[in-house]
Amino acid sequence: SCLFSTNTVVKNALRACIVGSGPSGFYSSQYLLKHLPDCRIDLIEKLPVPFGLVRYGVAPDHPEVKNVINTFSKTAENPNFNFYGNISLGKDVSLNELRQLYDVVVLCYGSDVDSPLGIKGEDIKNVISAREFVGWYNGLPHLENFNPDLSGEEAILIGQGNVAIDVARILLTPIDILSKTDITEYALEALSRSKIKKVYLVGRRGPLQAAFTIAELREMLKLPNTDTYWRQTDFEGIPEKIDSLPRPRKRITELMVKSLNEAKQSSNNKKFLPVFFRSPTQFIGNDKVESVEFSINILENESAVATDKSESLQTQLVCRSIGYKSISVDASINFDDKLGRVINKEGRVLKKNSNEVDVGLYVAGWLGTGPSGVILTTMNNAFKISHTIIDDFRNGIIKCDTNKTGIDPRNYPCITWTDWLKIDKEETERGHKVNKPREKIVSIKEMLSIV
Amino acid sequence: LCSNVPKLQKEEVEVTFVRANGERITAKGKVGDSLLDVVVNNHIDFDGFGACEGTLTCSTCHLIFAKPDFDKLPDKPSDEELDMLDLAFDLTETSRLGCQICLSKDMNGLEVKVPATVNDARS
Ligand SMILES: Cc1cc2nc3c(=O)[nH]c(=O)nc-3n(C[C@H](O)[C@H](O)[C@H](O)COP(=O)(O)OP(=O)(O)OC[C@H]3O[C@@H](n4cnc5c(N)ncnc54)[C@H](O)[C@@H]3O)c2cc1C
Ligand code: FES
Repeated sequence: SCLFSTNTVVKNALRACIVGSGPSGFYSSQYLLKHLPDCRIDLIEKLPVPFGLVRYGVAPDHPEVKNVINTFSKTAENPNFNFYGNISLGKDVSLNELRQLYDVVVLCYGSDVDSPLGIKGEDIKNVISAREFVGWYNGLPHLENFNPDLSGEEAILIGQGNVAIDVARILLTPIDILSKTDITEYALEALSRSKIKKVYLVGRRGPLQAAFTIAELREMLKLPNTDTYWRQTDFEGIPEKIDSLPRPRKRITELMVKSLNEAKQSSNNKKFLPVFFRSPTQFIGNDKVESVEFSINILENESAVATDKSESLQTQLVCRSIGYKSISVDASINFDDKLGRVINKEGRVLKKNSNEVDVGLYVAGWLGTGPSGVILTTMNNAFKISHTIIDDFRNGIIKCDTNKTGIDPRNYPCITWTDWLKIDKEETERGHKVNKPREKIVSIKEMLSIV
Repeated sequence: LCSNVPKLQKEEVEVTFVRANGERITAKGKVGDSLLDVVVNNHIDFDGFGACEGTLTCSTCHLIFAKPDFDKLPDKPSDEELDMLDLAFDLTETSRLGCQICLSKDMNGLEVKVPATVNDARS
């Protein structure tokens, strides 16, 4: 479908390839096109469809967060921008090939592998990762048959960050609310049969170090037919400290303490149970998980330190949500396996085993910073790195080479922006038939058959 | 949010946005418009401003007011606005979210600061 390439040569126009179409890829494109209007950008993406974790991470009941897609789509309409979906770096094209075809390559391919805890019993059935669970309800290709077992009454989520909160909310939200979102049909069906009544959210540190934000917490406290149960013991000595805390910490702690002392609405309600000062040490179960062993932690200089005391909680489902990880997709990438990111200095990728900058190669977003922070953080990072690229260009460190003509899309079975708009239209139409904003197409084969 | 103002009452109000590098951008909005509307309708190009389009889920429309102007604002921030402000970079005592501030007649001549971190990555 990529029959026409619009490769005309403008003198001294930088030609950049951005790898990955999540927020870092789109915000980098936006910034470069704004400040170097003559530059030419090809954005390649592994999947046929764009937007990365905005499509496949952000929870379906948070459509407002996905409004950034409108800005991304405006960038995509710039005549100097090409979207080439269905091209995977390291598989369909190598980094060396790209560097021969572009003046600049910006790696923005994110973090899409999960971090294991590395403890006993992690492979027992019903110990799942948040990445899989989220990918399943959001329609990430290849996870449609993941089918988590929701037949037990209890679930334990390990981790208290925004992803763990998303999972808790999806498990506890009344189905008639979810049915109006773009959650996949099969997930909706499975969740409507879910027996889960109690969801624990376990963190290794205390309430003053809580990883969830106040906005995320307030939403949990407002969930219909759900009551929140805190542990009184987790809050010993906390109310006395509130007044000395900086504003954001103060407001979230006040909200927790207020909720702690509030009467519960109904014992028939589902239960949301945040638990602090616990780290899992072992999962126990035969055919499937039956309980989790936790160490009881104390705080030393804000860090969690395990004591020799432990606690066991019964459960039928465990979802670990301690973060994502990046991988190296091409052997020539200078990658730090331990930190899980591309080795870089302020976005400039360094050469292997050296402190020298690999001129013309950059990294932005989670792949360079590690997988933390929200779209806003990623946006700031992408803007900063794009600014560095522009500086390097203006200072003559990177130059335009008219022999670098970019990839010829005719050589790949790629998906263009126009093709994506067809898929988008089809998804929206299917959604409207069932009162949803969109019904995502999950199979790659089906996506390709539409264009 | 700012729509419960009668249609006829369309007086114009002038607002000045001051970027971190000192650059001043003056623009007009109608009574009832939000400060985000003013930025969008006048095509003022602050990188990343208003990412969630006024749905109170991003904090990129963070603006800083002078104390007297801040105190005069008719509506106090809601819990939800304060929650998002808590996540904003460079939060100050007189910060508000632009998408939550509606223009009234007496705001004519208002000056607000656009914080550096979000909207102008480098200046
Ligand atoms: C479950 C979850 C929920 C979240 N919810 C929110 C939220 O509500 N609000 C918020 O602000 N932030 C949220 N975030 C954070 C936000 O999604 C990230 O900050 C942001 O997506 C990071 O952007 P990125 O471009 O670095 O990576 P990504 O968004 O992951 O984009 C990377 C892109 O690269 C592509 N790619 C991967 N490998 C290759 C390859 N070999 N070749 C070509 N392309 C490739 C991927 O398919 C993907 O499209 C959430 C994150 C997660 C995980
Ligand atoms: S525009 Fe997102 S909070 Fe105001």
